Amino acid sequence: MRRNNAWIVLTVIAIGLITVGALNGEINVMFTKAIYICKECIGIG
Amino acid sequence: MADRTKKNRVKHRRLIQLFFAAASNSYVTGFATGMIYQGDLKKVCAPGLNCYSCPGALMSCPIGSLQAVLGSRSFQLSTYVFGMILAFGALLGRMVCGFLCPFGLVQELLFKIPFVKKIKHFKGDRVLRNLKYVFLVLLVILLPMLTKASGDSSPYFCKYVCPAGALEAGIPYIIHEQLGTVGAAGGTGALPAVTGLTTLPDIGNAIIKPAAIGLPAKGGELGFLFGWKMGILAVVVLLSVMMYRPFCKYVCPLGAMYGLLNPVSLYRLRFSQDACIKCGKCARACGMCLDPTKELNHAECVRCGDCVNVCPTDALSMGFGDGKLSQKGVLSKQA
Repeated sequence: MRRNNAWIVLTVIAIGLITVGALNGEINVMFTKAIYICKECIGIG
Repeated sequence: MADRTKKNRVKHRRLIQLFFAAASNSYVTGFATGMIYQGDLKKVCAPGLNCYSCPGALMSCPIGSLQAVLGSRSFQLSTYVFGMILAFGALLGRMVCGFLCPFGLVQELLFKIPFVKKIKHFKGDRVLRNLKYVFLVLLVILLPMLTKASGDSSPYFCKYVCPAGALEAGIPYIIHEQLGTVGAAGGTGALPAVTGLTTLPDIGNAIIKPAAIGLPAKGGELGFLFGWKMGILAVVVLLSVMMYRPFCKYVCPLGAMYGLLNPVSLYRLRFSQDACIKCGKCARACGMCLDPTKELNHAECVRCGDCVNVCPTDALSMGFGDGKLSQKGVLSKQA
């Protein structure tokens, strides 16, 4: 039975995606949302 | 394997769950002041479902973050958030659910409450498990992407479904709102931390009443949506008493994504057919209603380890990697 190494490929892809996202400003978008109370998440907006 | 070792394994998982839930929500100042953490850790996604509007949350919820990016007019796709989810899934699979998710822990603790009848199997259970993929595709991905013509779209899953947000963020917020301490200044997160404000007031060191920062007066915020979210939370709480992890089985979009990676993740369940005596104890112990001998590393497996603990012959094990290959080509735990 072949060993499972797919996780290596997926992890490399994930690192690539994280890097691209970090460089194109995606972190700022999620950070801006995350540092304010989400009224909609609470159910009052 | 000695019974003592197996008992230690169950004990360690609960300790890990408690530690991670506490650590990822350890911004104690937030609970005291009603203000959320605004530091740099919020740039990182937590592996499990943990609302970032929780006063104690140090990291961002991956599902909330994914909706935020997909719903932003600045982005069509998410790479950073999706990459983080992919990394967690590729390395751990649904071990995140079994060990690291605070809301999973809440459900497991509720399940320990005695109840007249605990439900394990029912007709339609397996079909209903697909509902979480509907939530994932529709509420988390498609609707945020497709409804931003007039501005950033809503986080539909967070807004209409997520009971974790209602529990971790809604209830603490309402408590502070009733006490009149919402937006107390001071320390990290001195801002009122409320969405929708285009100009933040100069609050100095004053205690900010809700009305001063544009919120309705006390009691005026609690409309239908709040009742809806609390109703969903109540249903999930009740179901969690009656059955094992109902939210994880039928609703959680994050578990849906991690589950797709279960068959290939680094952390995995291992099974030795040589050692198996087909006693069926593993299947009876499985709270997710799986037979580990036939459904190894299934998408529904939350890697709780209960099957490993009850196996009398150590045919099942759990860990990083495949373990040692036996002569018959069957994966088995290395002696």
